[in-house]
Amino acid sequence: MNIFKLSIKNIFNKPLSSSISLALLVLGVGIISLLLQLNTLIKDQMDNNLRGIDMVVGAKGSPLQLILSSVYHIDSPTGNISLAEAETISNNRMVGSSIKILYGDNYKGFRIVGAEKKFIELYKGVIKEGKDWDNPYEVLVGSKVYEKLKINLGDELISSHGLRETGQSHDEGTFKVVGLLKPSNSVIDQLIITSPQSVWDIHETHDHDEHEHEHEHDNREITAMLIKFKSPMNIIQFPRQINENTNLQAAVPSYEISRLFKLFGFGIETLSYLAYLIIIVSGFSLFINLFNSMRERKYEMALIRTLGASRFQLSTMIIFESLVLTISGFILGLLFSRFGVMFVSSLMEESINYNLNSLKILNEEYWLLGLSVLIGVVSSLIPAIQVYKMNISKILADA
Amino acid sequence: MLKTKEVEFNYDNQMFFKFQNIDLNSNENLLIIGESGVGKTTLMHLLAGLLKSNSGSIKLFDKELNQMSSYQLDSFRKNNIGIVFQRPHFVNSLTVKENLQLAQYIANKNDNTRIESILKNLNIFEKSNKKTNQLSQGEKQRVSIALAIVNSPKLILADEPTSSLDDNNCSKVIKLLKKQATDFGAQLIVITHDSRLKKHFKKSIEL
Repeated sequence: MNIFKLSIKNIFNKPLSSSISLALLVLGVGIISLLLQLNTLIKDQMDNNLRGIDMVVGAKGSPLQLILSSVYHIDSPTGNISLAEAETISNNRMVGSSIKILYGDNYKGFRIVGAEKKFIELYKGVIKEGKDWDNPYEVLVGSKVYEKLKINLGDELISSHGLRETGQSHDEGTFKVVGLLKPSNSVIDQLIITSPQSVWDIHETHDHDEHEHEHEHDNREITAMLIKFKSPMNIIQFPRQINENTNLQAAVPSYEISRLFKLFGFGIETLSYLAYLIIIVSGFSLFINLFNSMRERKYEMALIRTLGASRFQLSTMIIFESLVLTISGFILGLLFSRFGVMFVSSLMEESINYNLNSLKILNEEYWLLGLSVLIGVVSSLIPAIQVYKMNISKILADA
Repeated sequence: MLKTKEVEFNYDNQMFFKFQNIDLNSNENLLIIGESGVGKTTLMHLLAGLLKSNSGSIKLFDKELNQMSSYQLDSFRKNNIGIVFQRPHFVNSLTVKENLQLAQYIANKNDNTRIESILKNLNIFEKSNKKTNQLSQGEKQRVSIALAIVNSPKLILADEPTSSLDDNNCSKVIKLLKKQATDFGAQLIVITHDSRLKKHFKKSIEL
């Protein structure tokens, strides 16, 4: 038996009031930790897919839409731009490297992207089985796509026009799976990638049958171009030049994404204020519990004092009781948030093909631990001081 | 062993008590008897070091209680004094055995065989793992005696241990207290208004 054990026995002796304070704290800590985890995971995921892309060039429209469609592959493209114009830009001396990408088709809802091979290198894609494409109509398939649709090497995929499953299907658009990619934890996991030529060919025959052969070259279009600058300095000037002087739109992903985060950051902030409020209420409930139980237990306290325990030991017991509750509240809150993250990520994987599975403890969560300890100490301070100043003789004489 | 001189105490300048001198030798028991309102409980608290007198001197086991700090008094109490209250008090979240273990812990002791022998001696060993609110009144009283003697005190102070008991139980309890004191080598001071106890003590003083 010791003071610590006694604290725990006291908590279990009052299961109802203890669990109310505990539940409030778990809820508060859980919500904040869930928000932190989701925010960080989504941000990490976004940043992870952003690497090596300083600027995206595409058709005029919403810059955020351009970024979401051509970097994250979760929105419709703004339109197409002509290959010739894109090439003028990629030849500019400020451009370090550029990757052209084209959309057109999907296979059962997964996008088929025509892209230069540099695209796969950009995301550090590695072929698990099979080989790279050599000819048009040969495709590499990302890990989530083949896992979900059970695609094997050598399968033939009949694509549909557009980016959604419901598009009309091309009779001609039969792709052959020549390679499967290893999971890379980036956007290419949920893409089917082929050469730009395949996408041109399929739409050439379909849309432009009547066009004469020599015009073909001029008419070729791409959806967007991902650009890396030679020097980071160019990020200020170059996008503006393009936006002002050409028909094209240039968007800077890091800027657009931070704008997006500001937009839904407002909601996160409001929700976390609410959660902090819940934590404060849990502190009050803890205080009231301790205060009441201290009054109920005053003879008990007096007894412990007469047995020879010091004022200090008794006050420590009260603070312990509070800390045991708040620290277990913190731990349960973290567990709660981890289950929440798993739940949300399973939902998100269904809808936008993103996977958010990493459960490390964030720095902000250590702050939450600090906050829980603080709540534990503060709410037990007054009861502890009262126990410290308790007049045992008077209590025993009243008995 | 115990020597008091001119002990005075007043509560917030309203009630004033002046106690007669006590002189008790080693291996003597003492009955302090008095009507309600003469300051019996106050005197007991003074002897236990739960209160400090305004003037005078209380010398217990050659230590002057009035000169000790509150921390020293706590420590003196746990090493020397066991208290039996008029109404038994326990830590309700703990079992009988755990209450005794807590008392030992506070006195930096840990001796389960002593707990067992005390509980057996008091005939409540089979209640060891019961919560204290599951006990009958008589069992509660015996557990409170166990709590008072578990740390082998040199002095047992008992405050009105028999006031609510009938004659039969009254003499049972006082005999039990005296037996425990003798068995475990402690002196007994009983403070009461219960004149039935007079015949059990050789030495008594009236307040």
